[in-house]
Amino acid sequence: MYRYDEYDRALVQARVEQFRDQVARRISGELSEDEFLPLRLQNGLYLQRHAYMLRVAIPYGTLSSVQLRTLARLAEDYDRGYGHFTTRQNIQFNWIELEQVPDILQVLADSQMHAIQTSGNCVRNITTEAFAGVADDELLDPRPLAEILRQWSTVNPEFLYLPRKFKIAISSSEVDRAALRAHDIGLYLYRGENGEMLLRVMVGGGLGRTPILNELVREGLPWQHLLTYVEAVLRVYNRYGRRDNKYKARIKILVKSLGVEAFAAEVEREWEQIRDSAGELTQAEYERVAEGFASPNYQRLDALDPVFGAWLARDPAFACWAQTNTRPHRVSGYTSVVLSTKPTEGSAPGDLVGVQMHAVADLADLYGFGEIRVTHEQNLVLPDIRKGDLYLVWKALEDIGLATPNVGLLTDVISCPGGDYCSLASTRSLPVAKAIQTRFDDLDYLHDLGEISLNISGCVNACGHHHIGNIGILGVDRKGEEYFQITIGGAQGKDSAIGKVIGPSVRAEDVPDVIDRVLTTYLQYREAEETFVDTLNRIGLGPFKEGAYGRDQVAQEAGA
Amino acid sequence: MNNLIKIVDGEAKVVDRDPWEIQEDSDASVADNRIVPLARWQVLTDSAKVRAAVLLYPDDDPEILAPWLGQIELIALMFPSFRDGRAYTQAVLLRSRLGFEGELRAVGDVLRDQLAAMRHCGFSSFAVRHDRSAEDALKGLHNFDQIYARSVLNPEPLFRRRCAVHA
Repeated sequence: MYRYDEYDRALVQARVEQFRDQVARRISGELSEDEFLPLRLQNGLYLQRHAYMLRVAIPYGTLSSVQLRTLARLAEDYDRGYGHFTTRQNIQFNWIELEQVPDILQVLADSQMHAIQTSGNCVRNITTEAFAGVADDELLDPRPLAEILRQWSTVNPEFLYLPRKFKIAISSSEVDRAALRAHDIGLYLYRGENGEMLLRVMVGGGLGRTPILNELVREGLPWQHLLTYVEAVLRVYNRYGRRDNKYKARIKILVKSLGVEAFAAEVEREWEQIRDSAGELTQAEYERVAEGFASPNYQRLDALDPVFGAWLARDPAFACWAQTNTRPHRVSGYTSVVLSTKPTEGSAPGDLVGVQMHAVADLADLYGFGEIRVTHEQNLVLPDIRKGDLYLVWKALEDIGLATPNVGLLTDVISCPGGDYCSLASTRSLPVAKAIQTRFDDLDYLHDLGEISLNISGCVNACGHHHIGNIGILGVDRKGEEYFQITIGGAQGKDSAIGKVIGPSVRAEDVPDVIDRVLTTYLQYREAEETFVDTLNRIGLGPFKEGAYGRDQVAQEAGA
Repeated sequence: MNNLIKIVDGEAKVVDRDPWEIQEDSDASVADNRIVPLARWQVLTDSAKVRAAVLLYPDDDPEILAPWLGQIELIALMFPSFRDGRAYTQAVLLRSRLGFEGELRAVGDVLRDQLAAMRHCGFSSFAVRHDRSAEDALKGLHNFDQIYARSVLNPEPLFRRRCAVHA
């Protein structure tokens, strides 16, 4: 992991003191709420339905065991015992007192963490995929450039008051697991013909009320130009992005209104002015940062482990979990373990209590190299587990409720916190998530369905990424009543797509039935090993509409 | 009384006497030491141009001023709201791209907690909002203001200086 040096420490420490002063001035009334608002947002502090919510940055989803213990302590000492992991690899605490925030930031700073720019109209946490550096299908390790971007964007004075929030993700795996195309800037890292590191720069993606996938702006950008190119994009956006309407202020609207070619030409023109400046990255800096991400001391192991093999044969529950909740590792004899935060009973997607966090930190120390990752799907990952240890790890995870064998399956639901917490939400998404998880708790059925994503957002802001779920559920308020609109066909990754609405919205209690009928339609039409999206692409929306709503209603809708 | 903070020889100070006055009224004739909007400034004769200062709103393109930048004494950039960040980019362009060396003044909704970022982007004076104390706002320039990226104030990004230390 990247370790802070004296500069990083000094900057984060200064920020704690600055915010302590700002909170004191807010409490004394010297700062109005209007003036305080962007300052607190840039320190991750939202005012929610019941209390303040603090969003702590987990840069590119990487935590040390020490840091996870710190988060556990924060949950226990300053919150109601739990934290919520988000789709952008951060963690949120929902019950925070304003007066305590400076102390919390100090605790974070002492563990080389912060909450800087986790909200507000600025560059947010840089994300990447949870298996960076360990995945077997990775072309290059994206983490050094992610850290370089994190530093560059932190308190970058020109870009602290952008028209709207700005999200950057970087990935370098065969299948993009960072939802690159849903980002304001998506960066895909790959090798050129001569082995050089190149970037594909895609701009103008975002979900919210106008879901748009980003578009290619620059192919084959040498990595040394990463910062100047991002600077050029942000400068064009800062100058020309709309500020008159919050819902038209994201860069995606600017890209759409100019057209991607004109937008790209504008960026190139700006970039030509700065490309060969002091902002160009150096090999020395890359190496300095990359040192932090050097491989740990892996043992030389055989790909096949007899202990692991024996347990697979002996314990079908373990075999089922191992098949569903582990991912291939680039080093022989190792695997990455995904800890599902989506049990059928109990906690909400992404929620972990302090005891679980402590236990996960201990497991990371005992069986791994003291590192934990956070996935875009709100799960945790132990990235480096020896196959021979898997059975013990599974047992330990079972004890703390993090071994539900449903990673990548229907009940691995992505959900925003919804109206139970969020003051923007128009509906409560968590009870719907729970109803679905309870309804479809039959493991054989889930495994038969195979890989399928189901994402729920409690309102049009789309924090639950419903647009890019194979099945998406969006909460809408209809005259004070909660209704849910179903979309299908959304996807993230290399074949990203925005889902399409299949019919009128339904009441919360009817959602599981509609989902059930959609799934039945899929199973009815599925050929061989076809995935849900493959079947949908082959047969089209029609059969699903009819399956979900009945032929009569669909005909009626068509006639209306 | 402009409630003004100015960087003098690298040090930020509250300045009591400041001759400049913003004149947004387009009908009145332009006297000395007036800061006038770009449209008004453009119709001034060349000799009058150099005596008047220019006020840019966030929509204005600073590049229009390029031919006169060697002679203009002061450019004021308007913050209609402190949340409107366009003037930061205008300032960077004026300093880094167009080489403006005169006084660059932040006017409008100018508050203590944004001053450090403004200074990084090349502002050299700050007309603090009238209902706020300039003395108090001065504290906003006395805090630690180390950043990673390059800025007008630090033309070398931190990584270039860091590597020199590590080398």
